[in-house]
Amino acid sequence: MEGALSLHAFRCWLTVYRRIWRSSVWSSVFGPLFYLGALGFGLGSLVNKHGSASLGGVSYLAFVAPAILSTGAANTAMAEATYPVFGSVKWTKVYIAAQATPLRPGDIFRGHLLFMTMRIAMNTALITVYMGAFGAARSAWTVLAWPAATLTGLAFAAPIAAWAIAVKTESTFAYLFRFGMMPLMLFSGTFFPLSQLPGWLRLVAYATPLWHGTDLCRALTLGHVDLPRALIHVAYLAALSALGIWAAARTYRGRLYV
Amino acid sequence: MSHPPGSVSRVPNGEVLVRARGLTKRFENFTAVDGIDFDLYRGEAFGFLGPNGAGKSSTMRMIGCVSPPTAGELTILGRDPVRDGSAIRARLGVVPQEDTLDVELTVVENLLVYGRYFGLPRKLIRERAAALLDFVQLADRAGDKVDPLSGGLKRRLTIARSLINEPEILILDEPTTGLDPQARHVVWDRLFRLKQRGVTLILTTHYMDEAEQLCDRLVVMDHGRFAAEGSPRDLIARYCSPEVLELRFDPEVHDTAADKLKDFHAERVEVLADRILLYVTDGDAALAGVREAGLEPLTSLVRRGTLEDVFLHLTGRRLED
Repeated sequence: MEGALSLHAFRCWLTVYRRIWRSSVWSSVFGPLFYLGALGFGLGSLVNKHGSASLGGVSYLAFVAPAILSTGAANTAMAEATYPVFGSVKWTKVYIAAQATPLRPGDIFRGHLLFMTMRIAMNTALITVYMGAFGAARSAWTVLAWPAATLTGLAFAAPIAAWAIAVKTESTFAYLFRFGMMPLMLFSGTFFPLSQLPGWLRLVAYATPLWHGTDLCRALTLGHVDLPRALIHVAYLAALSALGIWAAARTYRGRLYV
Repeated sequence: MSHPPGSVSRVPNGEVLVRARGLTKRFENFTAVDGIDFDLYRGEAFGFLGPNGAGKSSTMRMIGCVSPPTAGELTILGRDPVRDGSAIRARLGVVPQEDTLDVELTVVENLLVYGRYFGLPRKLIRERAAALLDFVQLADRAGDKVDPLSGGLKRRLTIARSLINEPEILILDEPTTGLDPQARHVVWDRLFRLKQRGVTLILTTHYMDEAEQLCDRLVVMDHGRFAAEGSPRDLIARYCSPEVLELRFDPEVHDTAADKLKDFHAERVEVLADRILLYVTDGDAALAGVREAGLEPLTSLVRRGTLEDVFLHLTGRRLED
């Protein structure tokens, strides 16, 4: 019964998505392709000339591709958990329509989160396939990089949705993109190794979810899996997801049951 | 039939569907609903009449189980809205004040998606959706996008959507606000048919004609409290004279005329910004009396008392202010 109500909400998101999926194809299909091309091959051709010792002895493409995977997951999470959540109260009123039915705030949230996770899994699956096609997948473990990246996305989506339902105006989201996502994307061991950062900044990076997601994806796609380290990453990302789900149950109730 | 003020008015026989005692809703710095008592019975159409900000919508949200009461008792279909909100909502239909249709979807898709929220089987939803679109006269628009539909058509679609679970109680928050007169009459007609079928209607409105058209019983709400309750006819009989003489004077003499008429032998005199209302038994006789007193209005109108007059009497304000 509990889960069934969330599934009703999820199905409604699917119905709407079948209508509007075309609008998201451009960024989902071509976005990561451009990143892989421009960074992996373009920038990569320069980087490779200076040797690959600091990259752990792999080509820049192989180094940067798992980061494109994890940041792709985080970006999809951010897009799906900010404006669509806020708009479901203010603009499209999807939540307002749903709350008049047997669905409770928690069902509305879990249904939407399931849809966000599906969108993240779709985009990360596509990037994983690109990696295979471009020779950036160096290990059979790459198959697990797909769920690892999806978990990274979930660890972003749940807490962001919990926050987005409660913000007063949508302009607040600009701060998240500018002061949250932007530095995370640049300084999480994504485009260059953390060893290039000053020590104190490295410590900050270790605390962020994108570093955990990127390091986990990279270990898998390069086949350098250190099990305890990988488990710490998974535990961190799972804990952050759980925290978001716990918080959202409260913020959704607070916002919808006024 | 007359009742002492404040008593619970004559009620239809039958089962109490909604019961409230001392129902209160407070927000941070103001009290929206201030300790109201009522019983709503199966099969009746019950109206909450009042100006904006009177507490009507807050009351509707509490009955709709999406707003926990701050204090007091509330029972809906015999259950507690805070604990059993989900089960109660499965038996309610809600037509919100603002449309919440999904404009990305077609007319019929809106019904299909909404039916899924109630966990109804697809086949049943399809059957009901077709019948409901017939009922609100939208069958020929089933495949159309919702966005370009007029306000009246959207409202009818919202009503069809609210009926997908065959609710026992239909809650309508200002169902015709913003519609043109013709569209309003279509909505009233459909709501009247629903009532004939035995659906219990709870509605808010700030239109007295809507309340007179649809409601068996109503409460006049002001500042979060009930100023009066009864059937439209009871309320008019209790709080208004049989006839009302409306006089409009040249603005230059409006104030002096108002002074003179204050002592006129009417039951009551209301001086509005643009008109003077005399509450009397015989409007024509009163008009003759006004002329004998040497006052010549620009226009005069004798009409029957309405809920608007009741409201003015009870609150000193006009409904649509």
